[in-house]
This record gives sequence, structure tokens and C-alpha cells, in this order.
Amino acid sequence: MTIGIHVPILAIAVPLLGAFALPIFAKVHRNLRDLWAILVAAFTCAMVVALAVQVFTSGIQLYTLGAASPTATVVQGGFPIRIVLVVDGMSAFMGLITALVGLASLMYAFQFLKEEQGKTLAMTLFFLLWAGMLGMESTGDMFNFFVFLEVTSIAACALVGYRTWESRPPEAAFKTMAMYTVGGLLVLLAVGILYGEYGALNIAYLSSQISGTPLDKVALGLLLGGLLMKAGTVPAHMWAPDAYGEAPAQAAIVLVANTQASLYGLFRVLFTLYGGALSTPAVGWLVTALGTLTLLVAALMAVIQTDLGGLIAYGAVSQIGYMLLGGGVGLTVISSRPDFGLVAMKGGIFHMMNDAATVGLLFLAAGVVKRACGTKDLRALGGLGHDLKWTSGFFFLGALALAGIPPLNGFASKFLIYESSFRLSPILTAIAVLGSILLLAVFVRAFQGAFLGPRLRTVQPAPLGMLIAMGVLAAIILAFGLVPDFFVRHMVTPAAEALWRGRDLYLAAVLGD
Amino acid sequence: MIGNFPFAVCMILIALGLWTLLTRRNLIKLAIGITLIESGVNLFLVTLGYVRGGVAPIYTYAPPGARMVLPTPQALTLTSIVIGLATTALMLAFAVVIYRHRGTLDAGKIRELRG
Repeated sequence: MTIGIHVPILAIAVPLLGAFALPIFAKVHRNLRDLWAILVAAFTCAMVVALAVQVFTSGIQLYTLGAASPTATVVQGGFPIRIVLVVDGMSAFMGLITALVGLASLMYAFQFLKEEQGKTLAMTLFFLLWAGMLGMESTGDMFNFFVFLEVTSIAACALVGYRTWESRPPEAAFKTMAMYTVGGLLVLLAVGILYGEYGALNIAYLSSQISGTPLDKVALGLLLGGLLMKAGTVPAHMWAPDAYGEAPAQAAIVLVANTQASLYGLFRVLFTLYGGALSTPAVGWLVTALGTLTLLVAALMAVIQTDLGGLIAYGAVSQIGYMLLGGGVGLTVISSRPDFGLVAMKGGIFHMMNDAATVGLLFLAAGVVKRACGTKDLRALGGLGHDLKWTSGFFFLGALALAGIPPLNGFASKFLIYESSFRLSPILTAIAVLGSILLLAVFVRAFQGAFLGPRLRTVQPAPLGMLIAMGVLAAIILAFGLVPDFFVRHMVTPAAEALWRGRDLYLAAVLGD
Repeated sequence: MIGNFPFAVCMILIALGLWTLLTRRNLIKLAIGITLIESGVNLFLVTLGYVRGGVAPIYTYAPPGARMVLPTPQALTLTSIVIGLATTALMLAFAVVIYRHRGTLDAGKIRELRG
């Protein structure tokens, strides 16, 4: 079992190698490139799943680069500086989401992308983005977190804007790049402040030292600002609909997972890094308020969209609001630890997985529409259900799940959020339900406009590979909706507990006492 | 008091960068604004690495018994500079592509993407 201990780093290193080797294989032959992509993706997914199984059965996995333990020093009595990867329940859960989305995206990409339109390039960028996200989710070091954040920023923006023969994708990419870079620099500034104060970058060590000085609060504000910018919440959401709307479908769903990785970073900062010093519920209320605002504003904006891509994009932004709401409610009450705080956390975290599957399915279905008709403008679409039978079924399933209709997965997680936020304040629940109703109305109208009605044109149905990719996500939606208890107990609860109570375990695993 | 002067300079640089981002509409100037913020942050990291009386951590040059500084901030700055180069290059490349399509760099004129 020598490979067993190296699983955490292999999950990052393999897709990274895959990304940089892909263009070389593409020079030799296309089939070799495809084979390489499949091998790398399969190996990465196997590593992530193996890691998750290890974490869920035997607790936090720690991996130290270049040494046996994180406290090892170069010279006797020296200062330990090690890059560590710390994978707890939350990281493993996020890793599973990332792996699932990546797999669906790649399966879809094989037949969706055209060779003459930069297929090799898009696949390379995808693997780079994948490696960056997995790195963000497993690193135990603030500076590494920043580096992986920037890796995802660069790869994501290039994926949004690589179709330079069209005029709008580069504009969306420029806007996104500006927001991502400023957000990343705010994070770096905060990392610098924390380093200047405590002389370390390790999350566990910093967490044990942070006491809530004014400088700590400035750093927290910068981290919050930077990560919320990257997650696309309301005061800084302008980039998100453009980026999602203009990115090709297989990239849009990875962008959603990337947003969630930033949200993971936010939760990690709030619950683990600042978990010891944050006793005031003020920050929790701030996050809750931003979440509520995000879900409402995005749902309202979705109403006036006439483009299928923009509509789903605003739906995706509103789902981020639900996750923030769940996390915020948990954070607000964490000092007294009532039961409903943990329920809210479970709801928020479960919703990440559900959002990845649901919004992913909708984006992929919209990609089929774009491929078949050359446009995503709802005013020009109609009657596609005659030819795209499977796709319209998948779109309808995704729309219902996004709006939180039982017995689909969106209902399972939203119900946890509703019932727990009600205990904090009924107004939050009312707004959250209103957001869902708005989304339901919007998506039913979009479904009716695009897929129902008389046949306007004859289109080619989607190829099998794209249907399989959508089928995987649809299966997840159904499975998580029909037996939510099973998944909540075995996957979501360990993840929520890792944030809710797991800070001490996290610190003990790294600092070793 | 004078010891805090470098930190003030970094913050002024960052504030200037943010001001540029908020007030300018030219895409190239936006990229310059982001580079300004980046330089401010990098300068901040380098400043953190200064230790009074410390020597550079090169074993063969350091006099015996001297206090060697921890080279982490310098390593961070180098990494950050490389990342900054990549982001700036990508942004300028997008600006070139946008100019080719629209014939202008004014963000107010070319944004048919609202928001």
C-alpha cells in the first residue's frame, strides 16, 4: 500500500500533469489525446473517491510534502515550514462534487467541442481548472490556497474567453478576470497580514494563534471580500451571469463547481481559521444577509432574461445564495450550538452537491440547444421537444429540481435550509421560498417557450456521449431526491460536522497534540 | 513611526489601483490599475520579510552566529509576481481581441453585456 498514503497529492498532481501533457499527445494523434484524457480523468476520480472513503471511514487525512510529519524541521531545533494537505470531511465532500462535475463535463466535451474550434485547448484548460479546484479543496496552507485560487482564476477565464472569433466571450472573460484578480489580491493581502502577525501560513497553526485583534479583523474582512467576489454573491455578482452565459456548456458547469470551491474556502476561513476567535454572531448575520440578498436578487433578475444561458446563469447565482444562507445560519448560532445550526449547515452543504448536479444538467441541456439551433435566444426558440426528446426531459427535470419540487434533490436540501432558517428568523425562510417560487415560474416559462409548441425547425438530436453525460447528472438528481437520508447520513453529515465541531480535530491532526 | 512608512506606501499603491479600477473606463487602464494593486501587495510581502539586523539566509555567506531571516516572504513574492504576469498577460490578450472586434477600448461603449 505505498500508493495509499500518496493519494491526496496524486489527486492534484495527476490532472496537472494531464493538462500539460495533453497538447503534446494531441500533436501525435487525436485518439492518443482522447485516450490520455480518459486515463487521467479515470485515475483522478479513482483517487478522489479513494480519498473520500479513507476520510469517511478513518478520519482526517494528512499529507506532508517532502517530510514524514508537518512538524519535521530541516536542521535540529529549526522552524518547521512544510506544505501540508489536510483532507477532512468537508474537503472530501467538495472533492467528490468536483470529480463528478469534471467527469460529466469531460464526457460531454468529447462530442460537444469541435476540433477546429480549439478542442485540445479547451480540454487542457479544463484539466488545469480541475487540478486547481482539487488543490483549493485539500490544501492546509493559506498561501497554497491563494496559488490554487489563481490557477483556477486563470484557467476559468481562459475557458470563458478562448472563443476569440466571437465578440462577446472575450468581453465576459475580461470582466471576470478583473473581478477574479482583485478578489485574489485581497486574499493575498490578508494572507500577508496574517503572516506578518504570526509568522506562519499553516491554517491549523494560524487558527490556534488568532485571537481577534484588529488586524485579524481586517484580514477576515479582506478574505471575506475576496472570496465572495470570486463566489459571485450579490454586491459582486456582475461577472457571474456573463461568464456562465458566454462560456461553452462543458465549461459553464465546471465554473459552477469553481464557484463552490471559493465558497468552500469561505467556509474554511470562517469555521476553521477564525473558528476560535469568532464568538460574535455579527459575521454570521452578515453572511446570512448576503445569502438571502443573493438568492432574491438573482431570482428577480432571472425573470427578465430572454437568453436561455443568462436565465440559467442567474438561477446558478441564486443557488449560491441558498448555500450561503445555510452556512450563515450555522455560523450565527455556532457559539451556543443549538441543533438547528447543524441542520442548516447540512442543508447548505448538501445543496452544493445538488446545485452542481442540477445547474450542471441545465447548462448541458442549454448546450445541446445552442449546438442544434445556433442560438440560445428564447424568442427565437420553440418546439424543440419534437426532436430533442431526451434533452427536453432532462431540462424539465433540472428545472423542477432547481426550484425545489419534491421528490427531487433540490427539495431535500432546501427543506433542511427552510426548516433551520425558520428557527433563526421566519423572514429568511419567506424570502428563500419566494426565490424558489420565482425560479419555478421562470424555468417553466423557459421550458414551455423553448421545448413545447409547434415545430419551428428540424434539428439534429444530441449525440450519445452528451446524453450519457446528462444522464449521469439526472441519475444523481433522482438518487439524491429519492433517498436523501442515506446520502445525508454518510456524506453530508461528516462534511457538516467537520466544520461545525471538527476544528479541534483539524488542529490536532496537523499540530499533533 | 518611520518604520511603518513602507506599509503606508503599499496601502497608498493599493488604494490608487482601486481608484483606477473604479474611475477609468479604458480596458488598458483597468489592467494598469490591477497591476498597481498587485505591486502594492507584492511590496507589502517584501516589507514583511525585512528583519532589523537579520542577514540573507545563504549559509556560505552568512557570518557565524548571525541571525538569518526566514525567506518565506521572498518566496511568496516571487510566486505572486509569476501569477501576476500570467493574469496581466491574459487580460491584455483579451483587450487586444476586444479591440479587434469592436474597434474601441472604452468599456462604456463596448459593453453590450450589462451589469
